[in-house]
Amino acid sequence: MLLTVRNITKIYAGAEGPVAVLRGVSLDLDAGQTLALTGESGSGKSTLLHLIGGLDAPDAGQITLDGVALAGLDDAGRAAMRRGTVGVVFQQFNLIPSLTVAANIAFQARLAGAHDPVWAADLAGRMGLGPHLAKYPEQLSGGQQQRVAIARTLCARPKLVLADEPTGNLDEATADVVLGLMLELVTESGAGLLMVTHSERLAAMMGRRLHLKSGLVA
Amino acid sequence: MNRAALAALLSHWRRSPLQLFTLLAGLALATALWSGVQAINAEARASYDAAAATLGEGQYDQLLPSQGSIPQSTYIALRRAGWLVSPVLEGRLNGIRLIGLDPVTAPGGLGPVRLGEGGDISGFLSGAGQIYAQANALAALSDTGATLIPSPDLAPGTAITDIGTAQRLLGRAGQLTRLIVAPVQPIGQQPLSDIAPGMTRRAAQGGSDIGRLTDSFHLNLTAFGFLSFAVGIFIVHGAIGLAFEQRRPVVRTLRALGMPLGRLTLLMALELTGFALLAGIIGVGLGYVIAAALLPDVAATLRGLYGADVSGTLGLRPVWWLSGLAIAVGGTAIAAAGAFWQLARMPLLAAAQPRAWAMQAGRGGRWQAMAALGLLAGAGVLALLGSGLVAGFALLGAMLIGAALALPLLLDRVLALGQRLAKGVTAQWFWADTRQQLPGLSLALAALLLAMAANVGVSTMVSSFRLTFTGFLDRVLVSELYVTTADQAQALAFLTYVTPKVEAVLPLMQVDRPLAGLPAEIYASRDHRTYRENWQFLQAVPAVWDVLATGQGVLINEQLGRRAGLALGDLLEISPGTSLPVIGIYGDYGNPVGQAILTEPLFQTLFPTVQPTRFGLRLPSADVPALTTMLTDDLGLPPGQIINQTAIKAFSLDVFERTFTVTTALNILTLAVAGFAILMSLLTLAALRLPQLAPVWALGMTRAALGRYEMARAVLLAVLTAVLALPLGLALAWVLLARVNVAAFGWQLPLFLFPWDYARLGGFALLAAVLAALWPAIRLARTPPAALLKVFSNER
Amino acid sequence: MNVKALIVLLWFPVSAQPQGFAGLGASADGFTNPTQGQPLTFPADHGSHDDFRIEWWYLTANLTGPDGTAYGLQWTLFRSALAPQTSEGWSSPQLWMGHAAVTTPDAHYLAERLARGGVGQAGVVAEPFGAWIDDWQLTGPDFDHLTMTATGPNFAYDMDLTAQGPLVLHGDAGYSLKSGAGQASYYYSQPFFDIAGTLTLPEGDIAVTGSAWLDREWSSQPLAEGQTGWDWFSLSFDDGAKLMGFRLRGLADYTSATWISADGTVTAYADGTFLATPLETANAAGHDLPVVWRVQLPDKSLDVTVQAINPGAWMAVSVPYWEGPVTVTGSHDGRGYLEMTGYD
Repeated sequence: MLLTVRNITKIYAGAEGPVAVLRGVSLDLDAGQTLALTGESGSGKSTLLHLIGGLDAPDAGQITLDGVALAGLDDAGRAAMRRGTVGVVFQQFNLIPSLTVAANIAFQARLAGAHDPVWAADLAGRMGLGPHLAKYPEQLSGGQQQRVAIARTLCARPKLVLADEPTGNLDEATADVVLGLMLELVTESGAGLLMVTHSERLAAMMGRRLHLKSGLVA
Repeated sequence: MNRAALAALLSHWRRSPLQLFTLLAGLALATALWSGVQAINAEARASYDAAAATLGEGQYDQLLPSQGSIPQSTYIALRRAGWLVSPVLEGRLNGIRLIGLDPVTAPGGLGPVRLGEGGDISGFLSGAGQIYAQANALAALSDTGATLIPSPDLAPGTAITDIGTAQRLLGRAGQLTRLIVAPVQPIGQQPLSDIAPGMTRRAAQGGSDIGRLTDSFHLNLTAFGFLSFAVGIFIVHGAIGLAFEQRRPVVRTLRALGMPLGRLTLLMALELTGFALLAGIIGVGLGYVIAAALLPDVAATLRGLYGADVSGTLGLRPVWWLSGLAIAVGGTAIAAAGAFWQLARMPLLAAAQPRAWAMQAGRGGRWQAMAALGLLAGAGVLALLGSGLVAGFALLGAMLIGAALALPLLLDRVLALGQRLAKGVTAQWFWADTRQQLPGLSLALAALLLAMAANVGVSTMVSSFRLTFTGFLDRVLVSELYVTTADQAQALAFLTYVTPKVEAVLPLMQVDRPLAGLPAEIYASRDHRTYRENWQFLQAVPAVWDVLATGQGVLINEQLGRRAGLALGDLLEISPGTSLPVIGIYGDYGNPVGQAILTEPLFQTLFPTVQPTRFGLRLPSADVPALTTMLTDDLGLPPGQIINQTAIKAFSLDVFERTFTVTTALNILTLAVAGFAILMSLLTLAALRLPQLAPVWALGMTRAALGRYEMARAVLLAVLTAVLALPLGLALAWVLLARVNVAAFGWQLPLFLFPWDYARLGGFALLAAVLAALWPAIRLARTPPAALLKVFSNER
Repeated sequence: MNVKALIVLLWFPVSAQPQGFAGLGASADGFTNPTQGQPLTFPADHGSHDDFRIEWWYLTANLTGPDGTAYGLQWTLFRSALAPQTSEGWSSPQLWMGHAAVTTPDAHYLAERLARGGVGQAGVVAEPFGAWIDDWQLTGPDFDHLTMTATGPNFAYDMDLTAQGPLVLHGDAGYSLKSGAGQASYYYSQPFFDIAGTLTLPEGDIAVTGSAWLDREWSSQPLAEGQTGWDWFSLSFDDGAKLMGFRLRGLADYTSATWISADGTVTAYADGTFLATPLETANAAGHDLPVVWRVQLPDKSLDVTVQAINPGAWMAVSVPYWEGPVTVTGSHDGRGYLEMTGYD
């Protein structure tokens, strides 16, 4: 099993005392599978994604990724895992503004020491980014920026791709194109894909879906 | 409405007291630095100038004897002929420079300030007399029997008394050193040469050597004061930028709730003015503390400047406070102008745009580059073609502003190069990211550049000045003892007595004769190793002393060379029918008139009437006290006529040491202020940085590593800035020494390099940068993941 | 205040410091006081009296130019002693001050000199008479034949003086009371000088002739407490008679006068006889002063109007006062000099 999540609880300090965002969530995902995480705003779906990505730590419960229990990792260990095992695509601000498109695409792979220029060029080409490689992120449209983010994630050949509303800022037509490309490439690479979305239409494109409500699997 | 809005605006400070502190501290520091430098400058000026001012030197023409002293009968003869002159007798008593004046005839009410404030005139003029001096100088004069009156307003080591008391204490009855000429004279005077032949009239502002030297020094210190202020303004700008940036949401909300923009702007301007006044008051007080701490022994004078009871400076008090406050408020206004402009243009519902700043800065880059280039080109033209004081200062301004504008562009080029050369992915990101930080940090870096350049420049200037001055003193005061004899008879007796007892007697002979149509003095030089070993020339022919000894050439000082346009080999007419080639040009710092030196035999041939009455004596230093005693005991020479050169040197150098201490302390202060500017900028940027750093973190870099890089970035920028500041500082020193000084005083100070000083200054700059970057870096390393994740979150 | 102004105060205890400077208005420690019945002796008393605190040689002259223009001239040497003694050298306690002025109907030129005694810069000797400060001199073989010079930044003069009458002793044979409390000075005059010479003014040299009046006065305590200044008149009438009168202003004015007939016969008038009443004031250099006076001496049927030739004759020296020529009209016609102190 690529990913096992068991009884995850996450509590944030809110204005009126602690708020339990996640209250014992469990799920499984295997390589090559795609899973949509849906739910209302505040249902805890983004938080769950962040915990799986090692970006934050749960208050209770266990996450095992590629056979490694995240709870046993320190800050550096989680950073190493973010570099090599998972790739995250956010809704916005994915890119490093000071680097060119080409450098952004290669960045994570190079950090992980797994850079494959041929694969990077192939990805850029298939994402339609060929003419933009020397540009800086701020010179690209929103759809182009998200394509760069996806290309960068896939370039490092992660075992698990996490996407948090990756097309949330895009219009419907562009969103469909971008997501289609991502699904195609993820499937091709044999990685698992976990995507947070509130769109029924996009969720329907995924293999499975899990609906969260008030921090619980509905 | 006003009260509610003001409460909302002010509530920001309650929530972020640290920011309020930095704003106030920044303003107060800038004001303090300005006030402190002003106070020190004013104090130093007052203390150096006190003696000269009291003597009327610089203010009035003076009559000097061609040699020896002026008989009192000559003074009376001049008065009886309608010449309004006033007698001065000057000598050394127990190591103190004792100056005797006649307050009754001295022009312009010259005399001890404290005497004019209601002192006992009768006691000053008659009886055992009174002596006015600083307390430590008075201690050396306690055996004189005169009433000792402490006067902090006098120069260190200088005492003032009545002319009669001075003649008695110095054992020089009936003798005068010089006469001060009143500026307004009656009509129908007889020519001076008819009444007192052989007297030289020295024009006003032809004061003492030290007076001239310190004048140039003060000019340079004033330049330093302006630079300090410029550095201070950068901090204020940083602090205000931060305050505006962070209060955008409040402003937006207030406007959405119907607050007119004009009213809001007014309220914020009032708020800032209040802060500026508060900080200004703290700053002026702090400036006082700085100045007092740096110059503890002159605190009394400073009290005067700040409004105590010294009558001559009473008027300064409100001016002093007002100028400090004006600087604070004015500086705030300049620094806030941009922020207000942005506020006025901000659309009502504009979202905070963290990256807009950087992008805007990028767009302005081309204009900035052109302006910088224009200014630097202008500076170059001025350096090549300009002359005069105004051109010198314009050159200074163009150079410094041009450099500050060019700094971000230069740094950008350097960082781009670094990025191209970088191998690893992290290194590439580091360089690229540092480049992106430049616009936000450029103000702080410009402050650091100016601070560092000012320090390099002023250190170089001050140290060159000291080296030159010491060398100059060593040269002109090379003999161990200087003896002035009253007349020809005493001179002969002295020569007979002293010649067998010393290694060498060097007669000092001088006449005042115009040379090349300019006022000048001609000296005789005996061919002796004393001169051969100690003189350094700006330019000279080979074996210059041998040529001089043959009488086939003349040495001239730089002033004469510059004014008369004389170069080596040019002929100079010494006396009618005698023209000699210039064989050497020497630096003669502080001398307002031209000077020429002939070999002794030639001098005697040309000016047979001049007989030496002043002599330099060469002897082992250890024998100096014994010989001094013998000269006073056996020959009856008054102590005032025997001058020990070590005492003079020590006195002169002592005066400067204090200023050097002050300069060092100011160096550290300015760098601290620049460090503060960096801290402010980093704090301002911190909030804007998160969106730039969050992806890197998400992609697998730890927060600790991010903190380390942040630190390294600050250090890298500081090092690069410091490296760029070095040539700028040296250029600054060159302008001060070679341009401003020449324009103002007619002589150039040579530029010396002090690598060790620069290294230490670089170290200080680095330290300032490290300290400034430390806290923001630690804060970054401890940012909660939730804060980083917010960057990506949909609810943002 | 600078040192020089402080020194000058020594001569003007009243006008500058109402309580007197250094106790001058209150007592005269160590200094000799004038005593009644002590006869004056000449030429010795033309010289300086170093044991008295203050003394002056005060010459004023009414002059006429070739075109009939009236001029006034002043030559004054003041002596002030810090101690009642004299000695050679800088330690001498004697201080000297000279004032010189030329007044034209529309201009007033003046100069001031200061000197220490004991070094030869200034002094007075009785015989042959010589008084000098710097290049200013009043000298001659005797007191009746004098030459006088002074220079300033924009004027100079060179005059010859010849006495046409005897010395005049004021008060009781030269003992002149200055207050009801008994303050007094020795006071005599030579009012009969013929004077001729050259004024050097910015517009050129002017030959002048006229008459001059020399006052000699010395004392150690010239003013009573509460006296704030004085108005002093020396008038020469066309019939040859002359009048010296002064009014010392205080809580109650104190006046004194001497009538000098053409042959030199003297009548002294005690307090209250001589009357001087201001009629008109004018502003001179920022000070309001009476420049037109009614002067009366009923005993001689004198009732005249005294009018300043140039109201701007303000002596802007270290401690200023007014001194200038006047014209006299009324029961007697003539001219003279007016001095007013204590109006600042």
